[in-house]
Amino acid sequence: MNLTLRVWRQKNANTPGQFVTYQAQDISPDMSFLEMLDVVNEVLIKRGEEQIAFDHDCREGICGMCSLVINGAPHGPLPHTTTCQLHMRSFKDGDTITIEPWRATPFPVLKDLVVDRASFDRVIQSGGYVSVSTGGAPDANALPIPKDSADKAFDAAACIGCGACVAACKNASAMLFVAAKISHLSLLPQGKVEEERRVLNMVAKMDEEGFGNCTNIGSCEAACPKGISLDNIARMNRLYLKALLKSNL
Amino acid sequence: MAASAESLRPSTAGLLLRLWQSSLGKKYVMAITGLILFGFVVVHMLGNLQFFAGPTLLNEYAEALKSKPPVLWGARLVLLLSAVLHITAGAQLANANKRARPVAYANSKPLVSTLANRTIIISGLVILAFIIFHLAHFTIGWVDPNYLELRDLVGRHDVHEMMVRGFQNPLVSGFYVIAVALVALHLSHGVASILQSLGLRSKNTEPHLKKLALVAAAVLFLGFCAIPIAVVTGLIR
Repeated sequence: MNLTLRVWRQKNANTPGQFVTYQAQDISPDMSFLEMLDVVNEVLIKRGEEQIAFDHDCREGICGMCSLVINGAPHGPLPHTTTCQLHMRSFKDGDTITIEPWRATPFPVLKDLVVDRASFDRVIQSGGYVSVSTGGAPDANALPIPKDSADKAFDAAACIGCGACVAACKNASAMLFVAAKISHLSLLPQGKVEEERRVLNMVAKMDEEGFGNCTNIGSCEAACPKGISLDNIARMNRLYLKALLKSNL
Repeated sequence: MAASAESLRPSTAGLLLRLWQSSLGKKYVMAITGLILFGFVVVHMLGNLQFFAGPTLLNEYAEALKSKPPVLWGARLVLLLSAVLHITAGAQLANANKRARPVAYANSKPLVSTLANRTIIISGLVILAFIIFHLAHFTIGWVDPNYLELRDLVGRHDVHEMMVRGFQNPLVSGFYVIAVALVALHLSHGVASILQSLGLRSKNTEPHLKKLALVAAAVLFLGFCAIPIAVVTGLIR
């Protein structure tokens, strides 16, 4: 396959970026999107040019490191698929593909297609954990968990924190991510204990980082490689209201 | 900008402030004021539909509404406050949203979007302009001061006659129909949004939220438009 790429090139956070056009030649349809970029980068290296910087790690669709807005869609055109699991057979020979970084104030561009997602880490640090006292490991089945709760918690826990929800949202809102983390922990008895403190602190941190607000449309859900549901945002809305009222009692 | 995590300490006095300062709190304000305004629109439509029962019932209803000034002014105050909060919170949320995405995508078409949510701000602004005109027209009587002097056979304010005369003007009727269409469009997103923002969405309720909003919007549109259409076509004179 031969493709034309319009790639966002940006030196660093303080320099304005622009699109640069590259030709990707002799691409196998069985390559992943990232492997295609590797091939393009090898050509750039041989020509003595600067490589295109992009994030990647596991390349198995589970680490949440890869990103890229491909033709306007975070992680490209396939539903429930990360960029690393997107293959070139999803494109046609001769296609022009526009590749951009996640665009959001809390995700500043570090270089080219790489953005700094530390704002997500800070949201997690504000309450996205369960404080466990040290001691002997409890018996495996000592704590019964209803199947329904376990399923919902697991669905929310599937979030890999890639930030596609923020990238897809027209308001650059992180509510799907934050709601997934809050749901995942609060649906389980271990996380229930700190539920109120968690939801208040994580929402406050989310706001402080400068993410936008949910307008209840669902682009995030459509872009999410793990299919996290908007139901989680409704759950966060319920838990926050409850926590806010109770915190004042 | 919201309060930092450290400042989130219990304080009864600060509850409303904290609500207002947080993104989710402001969404609740949008939802609750939206619900109040939606409730008013529904009651207003039901009141209006008495137009078709003739002058006696409608004028009696209008007189009853105005018979207790504290109740009337209490309701008006709640509605005014709701509108002000709804607009202020909406403007602040929209500004925050803009700040969160300063550089647009080359392909700015969102993955999911409907006409209603793309136009939610502009439909709201046109509705605001319409409300101001509508109050000046029928409530304050600036457009035609004679409206408020109209009396029926038993000496009550003749609201029925006022509506007939008002809607006989095709420009007034035209603007009214457009405004009501925008109210319906606004609510087709708004009603479902109220339920989502208040956390009432789940796997079980989700399929019904959008349907509920669409039905509410359609019923309101038809209910409100029936009157100017009946007047303009001469069915009721």
